[in-house]
Amino acid sequence: MGSYVLRRVLQMIPVFFGTTLLIFLMVYSLPGDPVAALFGEKAADPAVVASIKHKYFLDQPIWKQYLHYMGNLFQGDFGTSFTGRPVADIMADAFPVTIRLALMAFVFEMVLGLALGVVSGLRRGSIADTLVLIMTLVVISIPVFVLAYIAQTVFATNLGWVTPTVQDSYDLSQLILPAIVLGSLSLAFVARLTRTSIGENLRADYIRTAVAKGLPRRTIITRHLLRNSLIPVVTFLGTDLGALMGGAIVTEGIFNVQGIGNVLYRAINQKEGPTVVGIVTVLVIVYLVASLLVDLLYAVLDPRIRYA
Amino acid sequence: MPDIHDEDSYEPHPKPGVSRLDYAGEQGMAVEQETLVERDVVKREEARSLWGDAWRDLRRRPIFLISAVLILLLVVMAIFPWAFTDADPRKADLVNDYLKRPDWGDVFGVGWFGYDAQGRSIYARVVYGARASITVGIFVTAAVTVIGGLTGMVAGYFGGAVDAVISRITDIFFGIPLLLGALVLLNAFSTRTVWSVVIALGVLGWTQIARVMRGAVLTVKQADYVVAGRALGAGTGRLMFRHILPNAIAPVIVVATIALGGYIATEATLSFLGIAGRRGARRPRSEASLSEGSAS
Repeated sequence: MGSYVLRRVLQMIPVFFGTTLLIFLMVYSLPGDPVAALFGEKAADPAVVASIKHKYFLDQPIWKQYLHYMGNLFQGDFGTSFTGRPVADIMADAFPVTIRLALMAFVFEMVLGLALGVVSGLRRGSIADTLVLIMTLVVISIPVFVLAYIAQTVFATNLGWVTPTVQDSYDLSQLILPAIVLGSLSLAFVARLTRTSIGENLRADYIRTAVAKGLPRRTIITRHLLRNSLIPVVTFLGTDLGALMGGAIVTEGIFNVQGIGNVLYRAINQKEGPTVVGIVTVLVIVYLVASLLVDLLYAVLDPRIRYA
Repeated sequence: MPDIHDEDSYEPHPKPGVSRLDYAGEQGMAVEQETLVERDVVKREEARSLWGDAWRDLRRRPIFLISAVLILLLVVMAIFPWAFTDADPRKADLVNDYLKRPDWGDVFGVGWFGYDAQGRSIYARVVYGARASITVGIFVTAAVTVIGGLTGMVAGYFGGAVDAVISRITDIFFGIPLLLGALVLLNAFSTRTVWSVVIALGVLGWTQIARVMRGAVLTVKQADYVVAGRALGAGTGRLMFRHILPNAIAPVIVVATIALGGYIATEATLSFLGIAGRRGARRPRSEASLSEGSAS
């Protein structure tokens, strides 16, 4: 177990450097001059441009820029955005909001998705099953921004239950609607995965044995069926937490949630290199840690899996 | 599946298209029963090719026929949009009030879906916009299948150091969220067209297919017919493309088909964010209408 974790962490190192290098190259080496963009329509003074470029290390070759950035990163310094604000500051403001939003979406999709999946998986072909299938199909087919606008129109404009956009991003109750919209697509996947997985395991020999032994239905479902059916669902949920945080661009934009997605979208459009690289780096770490945790969870769910 | 990099125990992380399992479960059952029946019939008739068999099987299924007709209709719409509407998608006439309810009775007419804020026919814009969506869906899926299929095949076939390097590269690209990466890449294009979207999504999206392909190749390459092929002196290329590929392609096709819809949705989202193509200029797109509609 210990050596397995160690091996996985070692494997994460090249992936971490590779991903950050890739995003670094994408942000800094592609055409488009971020410093010129700062001046907008006005002609820039070459001396000012040169001094800004020097300040942000942009006058160096790209590999030196990367090494410099990484060197600072390991000292806990995420650099400074072009507006002069430390990137760490920006992230400290935005990440708590996005983490709350993502966690709420995560709980929503997990609880409701599992429940719907279990109900429809146990009663294949029933009305409930058909309803779940149709509902999930609709959610999967519609882009998230359409869902967001529908939710906004129905719950804010028509019913008046909430304000159309979030007024205070730190208020949890206001984040409920954005979280539901954000989690709805994954909810559909969770429900369908659970349904399929349960359907397959229902035919397994150990379920027949459990029924033959005369175990109560409840025990069979929770102890035997669910535990065996959860592995693909856990895999999905694990990779999804990172995806929820990174994928909140659209949802956060529409509901005016002042989280990572909003900041990132603005930063990408303004070619704010330091901010983009910093946020994506953190997202990559979240993703890497989440997939390691998922692999470790397998062993808890299925004792047949052992780590050498 | 303790470690996604251990041979045999490979299970790709389901990204968007998880319902692959769903598909396999349902289709598997149906196909099994059908082939049992079919086998008896086949014995009595003359031999058919594999494709002939598949066609015979498929054309009896109403679901297949209905979906095929729908897909065909959309493809025809993408190629010959003018056959579906007389209205010009760019013609803006402010007499047409976008607050007026759509005239659902006027089937295929100019005002069938109503008008947008500029007074353009939404129905015509949807018809003409289908081309961009379908182009992105088909070409991104094709690009992703070729890139991912080849890398996955090479990684799975050669194994060892080659596999380790390719798998790490796959992990690196997998770590970048598709939408974010596409946003950053598209920002670098000064003029953005449908093709820049295809390139951006293709460059970032191949990892899922590569992982699935690698897993499939790992299981297939141990099969007896591959060993037999190698014993008979078949070269690497022949083994890969004649023996392994046809037997490893099924899961790739399933994942690619599901991903196709995902790419169309991603393109729609990029359009919505105002980053894919010149919005509302020259080429009308249905998604652009969505974001314009939201503004009005």
